[in-house]
Amino acid sequence: MFDSLSDKLTKVFRNLRGYGKLSESNIKDALREIKLALLEADVNYKVVKSFIDAVKEKSVGEEVLKSVTPGQQIVKIVHDEMVSLMGNKAEALQLRAKGNRIMIVGLQGSGKTTTAAKLAVHFRKMGHKPHLAALDIQRPAAIDQLVFLGKQNNIPVTFDKNDKKVVSIAKKALEHVKNSDCTVSLFDTAGRLHIDDQLMAELEALKDVIQPHEILFVADAMTGQDAVNSVSQFNERLGISGVILTKLDGDARGGAALSIRATTGCPIRYVGLGEKVSDIELFHPDRMVSRILGMGDVVSLVEKAQAQMDEEHIKSFEEKLKKNEIDLEDFLKQIRQFRKLGPLKNIMEMIPGMNNMKGLDLDEKQFVHVEAIIQSMTLKERTHPHVIDFSRKRRIAAGSGTSMQEVNQLLKKFFIMKKMMKTVMKQKNKFTKMGGSLWR
Amino acid sequence: MVVKKITAGLKKTRDSFSAALRTLFRGEISSDMYEDIEEILVQTDMGIDTVMKLVGNIENRLSRSSKKDSAVVVDAIKTELLAMMNQTDNTLRTASSPVPTVIMLVGVNGTGKTTSVAKMANHLLKQKKKVMLAACDTFRGAAIEQLDIWAQRTGTYLVKHQHGADAAAVAYDACQAAIARNVDYLLIDTAGRLHTNKNLMEELKKIKRTVQKLIPEAPHEILITIDAVSGQNALPQVQIFNDQLSLTGMILTKLDGTAKGGIVIKIQHEISLPVKFIGVGEGMDDLLPFSNQEFVNALFEE
Repeated sequence: MFDSLSDKLTKVFRNLRGYGKLSESNIKDALREIKLALLEADVNYKVVKSFIDAVKEKSVGEEVLKSVTPGQQIVKIVHDEMVSLMGNKAEALQLRAKGNRIMIVGLQGSGKTTTAAKLAVHFRKMGHKPHLAALDIQRPAAIDQLVFLGKQNNIPVTFDKNDKKVVSIAKKALEHVKNSDCTVSLFDTAGRLHIDDQLMAELEALKDVIQPHEILFVADAMTGQDAVNSVSQFNERLGISGVILTKLDGDARGGAALSIRATTGCPIRYVGLGEKVSDIELFHPDRMVSRILGMGDVVSLVEKAQAQMDEEHIKSFEEKLKKNEIDLEDFLKQIRQFRKLGPLKNIMEMIPGMNNMKGLDLDEKQFVHVEAIIQSMTLKERTHPHVIDFSRKRRIAAGSGTSMQEVNQLLKKFFIMKKMMKTVMKQKNKFTKMGGSLWR
Repeated sequence: MVVKKITAGLKKTRDSFSAALRTLFRGEISSDMYEDIEEILVQTDMGIDTVMKLVGNIENRLSRSSKKDSAVVVDAIKTELLAMMNQTDNTLRTASSPVPTVIMLVGVNGTGKTTSVAKMANHLLKQKKKVMLAACDTFRGAAIEQLDIWAQRTGTYLVKHQHGADAAAVAYDACQAAIARNVDYLLIDTAGRLHTNKNLMEELKKIKRTVQKLIPEAPHEILITIDAVSGQNALPQVQIFNDQLSLTGMILTKLDGTAKGGIVIKIQHEISLPVKFIGVGEGMDDLLPFSNQEFVNALFEE
């Protein structure tokens, strides 16, 4: 759907290579692209404006590093600035040994109740004894939902369906905690609009009674421009201390994270990544920035590949590639190396531009089948695939538990690939001979 | 009356919007003014590409008009906005044969499906229709109880199973019961799901197929709920739900906040899906038929 930002910027700077320093004129177009990308990612308009101004100031006069193009240089400045704006590194909530009180607030449907249960389970893993208080008496059956989650995960829940005053339910919860060995209490409140004066006043009253150590604002990652309005109202009236970003398992770019951070200065602590109670993670500013900019997480991918790939194997593979001597044995090794990187789906997500292909159904099973087919071949068949005739195919299919059709398909693909390689290599040799530098 | 209610619902939206618009035109048309228009429109969440297209059209229109004042500018913006929203039919499709009209609500988590089902039931009951609800959100804790409470409040039939039951099985039972009891409308509430979750999208398709086993022409409406607060991601949401299920319309929820819901303009423009209702509050009567004209007018009303 969108090109990655780096691709766009490369285009902008195509005619500008060789500049020693970034100047106001050569960064103007780049900054426009960045502005559009940030708006497309749902960062608030005003936040974008002031952010771009800051980047502009920072960029002008900056030396272009020898190894990179101006486009990449600006992306790096933008990236670094955003990461520092977001708070540089992941920071977990610091809890005391006991008596922690945390209020969970936010708009309707942002995921407060689910998040409350997730946090409780998360804190228990850290050695705490969590407790939940059901203070959402607005939404029908909201209390039932929290009680259900409490029961499912063995966490005590304070609730009172007959009490129509949240303040008094909160008092009961505090009383319960006092007489128990719970070390952290999470107060789940009703979702409300920031302009609903009555319900906002109710939150203020609750704050007075609970005297919380933390007030966490739960925000939906899909939120658009309005994120700034709601969070600033909540912050003004309650003084929120942290943010949790939910539904990040979708494909929203999550620009609201930047808007919220810029508006409140509050750290984003955790992200919600699914519907299970274990689907909660620390917030990593650098990853979020890459996501907002649509850059993919290349750093993690390269780190992973380096850690997993066998240097020697890669070298010998390259040699063979040059001589066009690839056989099915190499093919199998290559697949295995690739699979070491983890589930295909996760790898795709890290590659820039592949983000939008998330909906694609990547069938891991196909790899398993290919492996099985090659493993059912003799060494001779692997190195000299052309010897595979009808009866060998039948044996391979039976041995690998696949069909002859699948064996045929694999062989066909392999021969096509080999042929393609041959053409590519020929082209490359031709250019190298001509002294051309098209490949560098 | 309807206009008034939308107007009330959109009051906050309008306040910031029209205040900015009023200061827009300062005696002459300048590039600054277009930048201001861009700024105002972008904040509705309609998407920067839509905004740039719109501003281009507005510029075009204004260059052709001889009279230039504040009213002309606002009028040009309105006209071009309306031209973008090419879907005008907000009426609900009904069954052509003597079977219940089946309406299925889908959408991502927390966009207001269950509440919209309840409001819609209330809306139909007021028209003296016989309504039944199906609690097909068997996943989220207490979702069934939530719909049950609404069913009791509105006095409608409810078909439900246990938590964790097969959602398609609930839909099947509900269809059978709806036919047996000869109801006019069957409203199916489904679990919220992200459009990127393939398996859960398959589950929705299964519910649809199951319904069609008993009522081949159903579901007559498959509506997606869109949170007014949502940004650009609402477009891929609608696109994928539409690819998988062939949607018939949208319900724009939570329009009583300060969020403007401009993303529906982009969605309408890109995939021609009409908005059928808007949600403007937590009360049972806070569901209103949508009209493009009223939506745009309410944005600009003084």
